[in-house]
Amino acid sequence: MIEDIELETLINEVYEYYGFDFGSYSRASLKRRVNRIYHLDGFTHFEQFLSKVRSDPEYYRHMVDEITVNVTEMFRDPSFYTVIRNQILPLLGTKPFIRLWHAGCSTGEEVYSMAILLKEAGLLQKSLIYATDINAKVLETAKKGIFPLRMMKEYSENYRDSGGKEDFSNYYTANYGIAKFNEELAQKMVFSQHNLVSDTSFNEFDIIFCRNVLIYFDNDLQKRAINLFDDSLAVLGFLALGTKETIKYSISPGKYKQLDREKIWRKIK
Amino acid sequence: MEKDQVNPDFKVVIIGGSAGSLNVLMQILPQLPAIKSFAIVIVVHRKSTDEQTFEELIELKSAVKVKQVEDKVPLLPGFIYVAPSNYHLLFEKNNTLSLDTSEKVNYSRPSIDVSFESAAEVYKNQLVGILLSGSNADGTNGLKVIQNEGGTVIVQNPESADMPFMPNNAIQNMIPDYILNIQEILQFILSMDN
Ligand SMILES: C[S@@+](CC[C@H](N)C(=O)[O-])C[C@H]1O[C@@H](n2cnc3c(N)ncnc32)[C@H](O)[C@@H]1O
Repeated sequence: MIEDIELETLINEVYEYYGFDFGSYSRASLKRRVNRIYHLDGFTHFEQFLSKVRSDPEYYRHMVDEITVNVTEMFRDPSFYTVIRNQILPLLGTKPFIRLWHAGCSTGEEVYSMAILLKEAGLLQKSLIYATDINAKVLETAKKGIFPLRMMKEYSENYRDSGGKEDFSNYYTANYGIAKFNEELAQKMVFSQHNLVSDTSFNEFDIIFCRNVLIYFDNDLQKRAINLFDDSLAVLGFLALGTKETIKYSISPGKYKQLDREKIWRKIK
Repeated sequence: MEKDQVNPDFKVVIIGGSAGSLNVLMQILPQLPAIKSFAIVIVVHRKSTDEQTFEELIELKSAVKVKQVEDKVPLLPGFIYVAPSNYHLLFEKNNTLSLDTSEKVNYSRPSIDVSFESAAEVYKNQLVGILLSGSNADGTNGLKVIQNEGGTVIVQNPESADMPFMPNNAIQNMIPDYILNIQEILQFILSMDN
C-alpha cells in the first residue's frame, strides 16, 4: 500500500500541474485506486510515479481514467427502473418537452436503459438526454452504444425484472461478441465532459440522475454536487441517486420530498 | 494535509463469512446483550434479495441495534452494521463508512479482504477480525493485514464450520491469534465490554 502522505502529495501535485482537485474525494476508495494503478503499471518508487504524472500529460490522463471507478450496468437495481416507469414517466409525460441529465454516466448503460423506457412510454421523441462524465474515454464508448454481448443475458433479466415486456434482443444487433444498440435510441442523447468538482449548471432539467458517483466524494463535495443539481432542476423536477446515497446531509429538509423508499426526491419548492 | 484524522477511541469487531456463516451469526448475535465499547461490522456474501431479511432478523433477535449502512454513515460503538450487497464497504479516518462499486475481488462484492484491509488501516490495534465458514478464499489476505497492523485475528474452527474451506485457507496461510468454536467466539465478544 502507498502511504497516506504519498497520496496527499499526489493530490497536491495533480492540482498544481493540471488544476484537477481530487482533494474532496473519499480517501479510502481513492487510495485503493491509486495503489492499484501504481502496481499495475509496475512502479516501485513513489517518486518515479509522481514524476511520470507531472511530466507526461498522456500518462496523467490515463491515471485519471484508471482511478475513477466506471463499473456500471443496464437496468442496475431493477426496482428503481420500475418506479421510473410506473410513477415518474407518467408525470413527465404531461410536459411538452422532457429534459434529462445523467451526471457521471460512465459508459452509458444507464442512459440506454433510460432511452428504452422513454421509447416504450412513447416519450423518446420529445425528450433530450444529456449525459456527462469527467472521463473522456468512457464517453467515447457511451456514444457508440456498444456493450459486451456476454452481459446481455443479465441485462435482459434486469430489464424483465424492471417490468419490461418486449423482447430485449430487439434493441441491439449482436456481432462478434458485441451488442450494438439501435441508433434510434441514441438520437436524443448528447454526450459531453462535465466535472462535478468545478463546473457549473448548464441547463434546467426535469429529472437528474446521479447514481453511484457521490459515494466517491466526501461530505463537502457531495453538498456541492447536490446544490449544483438543485440549481439545475425545475420545480417539481426529480433527483435520482444510487440505492445507498442520500441528500439528507446536503440540503435543507422541506425543499425535497422523497418517493416512498426509493432514492428519488422531488423538488417541491 | 490529511483531513479529519482522529485516533479511534473505540474498538471494532469485523466479521467476514460466506456460505454457512449466516447460521453462525444467528447463533452469536442473539446472545449478545447491548454492547457499549465497540461496533460490530458484518461483511457476508449473499444474494441481494436476502438483504433486508437478514438485517430484519438480527434486529428482531438481537438486543444490539442495527444501523442501516448508507454511504458516509458514522460508525458508532454500540451498533451492528451490515455491508450492503453489490458494494465494497470501506472505512474512512473520520469514523464514517464509504461504499464503492469497483470490480469484484475474489469474485465477491462486498469482498471481505477489501473491508478487512480498509478497517485495519484505520482501526489498527483496536480491530478484531473474525473469519467464519465459507467456500471461497476471500478473507485470508485481509486477516494478514489486520495482524500486521496490530489487530487481533480469530478464525472459526473449521471443524465447527458448515463450509470449512474459508477458515482452512486462512489457517494454512497465516497464524491466527485464536481458532475458536462458535460458543468460544461468543465468549470472546462478550468479554470485550469488560
Ligand atoms: C460507478 S460510475 C456510475 C455509473 C452509473 N451512473 C451507474 O450508477 O451505474 C461513477 C462515474 O462517475 C464519474 N465521475 C467521477 N468523478 C466525477 C466528477 N468529478 N465529475 C463527473 N463525473 C465523475 C466516473 O468517471 C464514473 O464514470
